[in-house]
Amino acid sequence: MKQQNLKTWFKSGSPWVWMTGGGVSIAVIMTIGLLMLIAVRGLGHFWPADVLEADYQVPGQPAQVVAGEVVEAEEVPRARLAASGLPVDADGGEFMTRELLKVGNRELFGADFNWVVGEWLANPRKPESLVVFERREWGNFYGYLLGVKESGRLVAEGEGAWKELLSRIERVAGLHEQLAQLERADIGRVNHALERLRLKERGLELGGDLDADAQADLAAERAQWGVRYRELESQLVVLQQEFNRDSVLVRTADGREEEITLGKVVRAYQPNAMGLGEKFGFYFAKLWEFVSDEPREANTEGGIFPAIFGTVMMTLIMAVLVTPFGVLAAIYLREYAKQGPLTRVIRIAVNNLAGVPAIVYGVFGLGFFVYVLGGSIDRLLFAEALPAPTFGTPGLLWASLTLAILAVPVVIVATEEGLARIPRALREGSLALGATKAETLWKVVLPMASPAMMTGLILAVARAAGEVAPLMLVGVVKLAPSLPVDGNYPYLHLDQKIMHLGFHIYDVGFQSPNVEAARPLVYATALLLVLVIALLNLSAVYIRNRLREKYKALDH
Amino acid sequence: MQQESASHGINLDALGRKKQTFDLASEPVALEVPGLKLFYGDKQALYDVRMNIPKNRVTAFIGPSGCGKSTLLRCFNRMNDLVDGCRVEGGIKLDGQDIYRKGVDVAELRRRVGMVFQKPNPFPKSIYENVVYGLRIQGINKKRTLDDAVEWALKGAALWDEVKDRLHDSALGLSGGQQQRLVIARTIAVEPEVLLLDEPCSALDPISTLKVEELIFELKSKYTIVIVTHNMQQAARVSDYTAFMYMGKLIEYGDTDTLFTNPAQKQTEDYITGRYG
Repeated sequence: MKQQNLKTWFKSGSPWVWMTGGGVSIAVIMTIGLLMLIAVRGLGHFWPADVLEADYQVPGQPAQVVAGEVVEAEEVPRARLAASGLPVDADGGEFMTRELLKVGNRELFGADFNWVVGEWLANPRKPESLVVFERREWGNFYGYLLGVKESGRLVAEGEGAWKELLSRIERVAGLHEQLAQLERADIGRVNHALERLRLKERGLELGGDLDADAQADLAAERAQWGVRYRELESQLVVLQQEFNRDSVLVRTADGREEEITLGKVVRAYQPNAMGLGEKFGFYFAKLWEFVSDEPREANTEGGIFPAIFGTVMMTLIMAVLVTPFGVLAAIYLREYAKQGPLTRVIRIAVNNLAGVPAIVYGVFGLGFFVYVLGGSIDRLLFAEALPAPTFGTPGLLWASLTLAILAVPVVIVATEEGLARIPRALREGSLALGATKAETLWKVVLPMASPAMMTGLILAVARAAGEVAPLMLVGVVKLAPSLPVDGNYPYLHLDQKIMHLGFHIYDVGFQSPNVEAARPLVYATALLLVLVIALLNLSAVYIRNRLREKYKALDH
Repeated sequence: MQQESASHGINLDALGRKKQTFDLASEPVALEVPGLKLFYGDKQALYDVRMNIPKNRVTAFIGPSGCGKSTLLRCFNRMNDLVDGCRVEGGIKLDGQDIYRKGVDVAELRRRVGMVFQKPNPFPKSIYENVVYGLRIQGINKKRTLDDAVEWALKGAALWDEVKDRLHDSALGLSGGQQQRLVIARTIAVEPEVLLLDEPCSALDPISTLKVEELIFELKSKYTIVIVTHNMQQAARVSDYTAFMYMGKLIEYGDTDTLFTNPAQKQTEDYITGRYG
């Protein structure tokens, strides 16, 4: 009887419904879980957490005052703490709490992070006057503000010092921007021009055309730029002096006094005194800095804008390269090639290309594109710059091209499927009106297959944008703050090395000297990578849907 | 005659067709088929077809499925060239010129011999762009010329009044019957000499069918029309001449009235009285 029930239950199909539904739910839960994890871990990093100050009494040692942000707390077996050499009392519960404090002040303590035993902390407090200084180097500084100095002279003390500090930080921020502009744009332009002159001279020399006239011309031009350079340099010196004029006097929680040059301070805030609104404001400012600024401190601080820019740029160039390639190949295979064993073999080969491990493409890109192709380009077109390579070294173009090769099978397959789906009736309709095959292709078939091409492109972008392994070989580096697009001719520098979000994750996560500081950034960068790829894909999907709407004749 | 039509074939009077007899021998010839053989690979699909298609008349091809009538039709504008392994022997003459001789511009031939297919196949473009497609292919891009051609062709296809206010809407928004008339308009816009209709009404509802049939009747003064149909009533309604094909052979060909009322061949009689097919 029971067996009978089971049998009907199986027959009814509900086990299938449960199984398939279960599969979907697991997939959904995993995706949401993944996004939640990286979002929570990554986004929490920018929150201005309260800074805790407490007396820390390690048994048998003099008491000291510690201050810092509690990053995490965990329960540890008493025995393990004892084994690590801490003077732990043998009696008591089996577990003890251990807290990880971000104590900052790296120049004093040697490390930003410090584990403390929770039981030994006494008298915890959150003093409102405790200030966090975010610095351009050496990480955060936690301490109390004593006074503000201008050119070594004390200008503000006590109550008024905080206001004074804030206004002076603002001034320094303005100066910092001017400095960056001066160094990057203005002096960069001069350097660029001088380099061009050098190359021109070398080119003339190689061509045997470097006569006295040319030399005089070059010298005159060089002198002109030299004057400009000295002008800028003197401006720079003045700015730098202004930049480093002010300093602050601070006292750490354990009573040491320090002086910090304001030029090194990005911002100062008192987290314990901040209201919720202020904290949110601060949070979004930090978040904005993260997506719009350059990295500092071996990529563990500041933003990742160059990496975002590099990723997007590389993907766009990849898309521009891969689409014509793949579409043309697909058109030939589907429309012109005689369908036979040879085309079948080619098709199988193309499909298998999609399964080749990405790192293999990286090796190919390095061996062929960079060394062979890039080397030849250098010899032919940039001979004057040799032995310094121009294209004969990993760079943006080769990274994009390698990804294009990696993604081209996807585009070919998708486009071929699209072409195969165009109804025969429409082709015949066009031919019957006196159009040739090429005209039919161009005016009817290709527009209708364009959504399929976009599908191919979407898949290609999805495949390529997240790829990291091959890029390490062909053009992505740890730090390249100058963007591949700037105001100097030829504006788009395809030979430049770039940063990439995927590689940034690897670099920050595994190559960073400051693991604890870097960990949240791994998650934040991962989240950003997902967002960037999603954005690229969504825009492609949007275009595809528009095209589909336009050419929805496939149900014929 | 009356009694015969009742006993041997279709009652033409009941179809409301004006009685008219034609004499094939006295007609000027548009397409001459002097003995056509067609092979798909090793398989022969047409056996020595001989016939003359008269100018400015409607000629219908009837016959059971697979008899080769569509294949024959597609020989007139060399649409069979697109089929792999298809081979034609014997040739066809359009205005005395063999269209299968070497060096024929097939695109030009297809402009002169237009074709409308079984299912409406408008391009996923606007109504306007559908009609001017063939003209644009010929390199005509002057707006005035195109505008005139659109109006003329759509009027010719009896579609103008229905679509004149939405010429730039998608052609895919039209009904099936309208789409088929649009395809006819598109075809006559390039001013062909011959119009090939391959079961043009098989995907249409009765009212649309009626409209297309009326259209065929009007178009025959300007074009030589060849229509393939499954529907014998339709053949009887619209055509002046009818050819009955069976198993790749042309069995009987002649004036429609005569063929339907007094077929000379037993096979023809069997088919039109519904004994097989």
